[in-house]
Amino acid sequence: MLDGRGSIKRRLGARLWLSGTWLGVMALLALFAPMISPHDPLAQDLFAGRLPPFWMNGSDPAYLLGTDSLGRDVLSRLIHGARIAFSVALVAGLATAIVGSMLGLLAGYMRGWVDVLISRLVDIWMAFPPVLFAILLIAVLGTGLTSIIIAIVVIDWTRFCRVVRAEAMNQSAMDYVSSAIVAGRPRRDILWREILPNVLPTIVALLTLEMGIAVIVEAILSFVNLSISTDAPTWGGMIAEGRTSIYQAWWVLAFPLAVLFLTVLSFSQFGEGLKDRFDPVLR
Amino acid sequence: MKLLRAILLRLATMSVTLIGAAVVVFFVIRVVPGNPIAMMLPPGASEEDIARLTAHYGLDKTILEQFWIWLTGVFHGDFGTSISLRQPVMPLVLGRLPATLELAIFALVIAVVIGGAMALTGVRHRETRTETAIDVANGVGLSIPDFLWALILIVLFGVLMPVFHISGRISPSLDLPFVTQFYVFESIVRLRFDLWWDLLKHMFMPALALAIPLAAIISQLLKQSLKETMHLDYVTLSRTKGYSENHVILSEALPNAVLPTLTLIGVQFTFLIGGTVIIERLFSYEGLGNMAIDAVINRDLPLIQGIVIVFALLFTIINLVVDMTYALLNPRLRHA
Repeated sequence: MLDGRGSIKRRLGARLWLSGTWLGVMALLALFAPMISPHDPLAQDLFAGRLPPFWMNGSDPAYLLGTDSLGRDVLSRLIHGARIAFSVALVAGLATAIVGSMLGLLAGYMRGWVDVLISRLVDIWMAFPPVLFAILLIAVLGTGLTSIIIAIVVIDWTRFCRVVRAEAMNQSAMDYVSSAIVAGRPRRDILWREILPNVLPTIVALLTLEMGIAVIVEAILSFVNLSISTDAPTWGGMIAEGRTSIYQAWWVLAFPLAVLFLTVLSFSQFGEGLKDRFDPVLR
Repeated sequence: MKLLRAILLRLATMSVTLIGAAVVVFFVIRVVPGNPIAMMLPPGASEEDIARLTAHYGLDKTILEQFWIWLTGVFHGDFGTSISLRQPVMPLVLGRLPATLELAIFALVIAVVIGGAMALTGVRHRETRTETAIDVANGVGLSIPDFLWALILIVLFGVLMPVFHISGRISPSLDLPFVTQFYVFESIVRLRFDLWWDLLKHMFMPALALAIPLAAIISQLLKQSLKETMHLDYVTLSRTKGYSENHVILSEALPNAVLPTLTLIGVQFTFLIGGTVIIERLFSYEGLGNMAIDAVINRDLPLIQGIVIVFALLFTIINLVVDMTYALLNPRLRHA
């Protein structure tokens, strides 16, 4: 029995380390993109269009991962794309977490008409296909980084709200909350100082998941041509570009796809790993 | 009596949800900048023409008036006229819905088959490397959304090893004898298996992309419930009776472990349908989702409204059916 727990623990450790390392490297690339990237991500070189990556015939060592149809360096675009992806992940993830958790805490702790109102709102939101909702919102808000972040918050707050509400209801039923009430502590105080700290691990785990989702939403919107601008080096935009020339230059699609895959996987595994870390049974 | 009350309450909340969804969409899309009427007229159309057509579509009235006209129309089965396609919205939407439903149901079948097989294999070989491998596969399947799976499938099986179609619903060269839009169903009824096979070959990639995350969820939950059931006394008893491990898992443990998974499948099925919007776009599959994206790009307000309401109706109906099936199947709730 002990043995089994040991192996689970080791597996969890490896998962956190691997995903954490990938995310760390990506974050560094994002941070220092202008210094690291070998070329200007927007610079076109029409004579060097669709160059293959370095191990293939006809490649140019100046463009390690090849170029797209306009002769832009794939590697540099990937590195600059990390900037946009991580900005969206961080800002949209945090904002969604704050809005959704607030409403969830209120609904789960206050109960009564507040709960009815918020829960009904969640039901209405769940009746929309999220991708369609996102595209609609971008049509309303216009393209751009801020619009994407707003759209993500408006659509995904329900994800936090549902989970945090249930968790807050569980916590409210516990003895420590009852004793705080008996001790005459004000309700707001109980919500902030007793319930919130106990719900926080759940929120943090959900947050990393949401960051992965935010990166995907940005990619989907770029794909439908509704993201930032057609030029900007976003991973989704690169994928959309690559999709059109997939038979002539598969690498334009494959590299951003692989990076996006590993990043989304890492966000979610990091979140799962953290959740298990917080789990007192496994600890 | 209690049951009737429960159902009535459910229907009441359902209609609140639907009306709420209608209100949200109606007001959100009317904030959209860009005049849909100006977009449909050729450049150089006179101001009067634009004004006349705007009045024709009722877009010169206040938003509240427009909403009232639309809502009364809906109760008479009239969802207005599409601005970009110049046809009534309802037949357009109903013409595309079957394609989306067939895709979603095919995806659901794939997910149940893969997920179920993985769960059973995992339980049969529990505490071995096989189970670890299945756990890892579940983790990856769950983490990556359908959009990325679709792109990966396109690269792998559309380009590097082109075995499946990655575009469209059916080969355009084929003559279609269909009178309904349920092509897969109708091709079976007509015994046209050549058409059926062509449809399936087109649907397989998008359906698989939609199915992978759901298969991982099914596999994970079903395996967990099965493992819990395997420790129960009655399972041990049937094992001491000398039944084979396969028989114990399939005939004794499975029927008791499957209920939570069934409920989950119901809820997840609505997410899967939501996923069809972008998947249809990726595979140029002529379903409702693809039409929805075009409608947004063309600022076709009546069409957007119609599609969103149909999606919302579909989701709420599925949720209702899931809850009722659960109540029927769960012996503990049957007499409650």
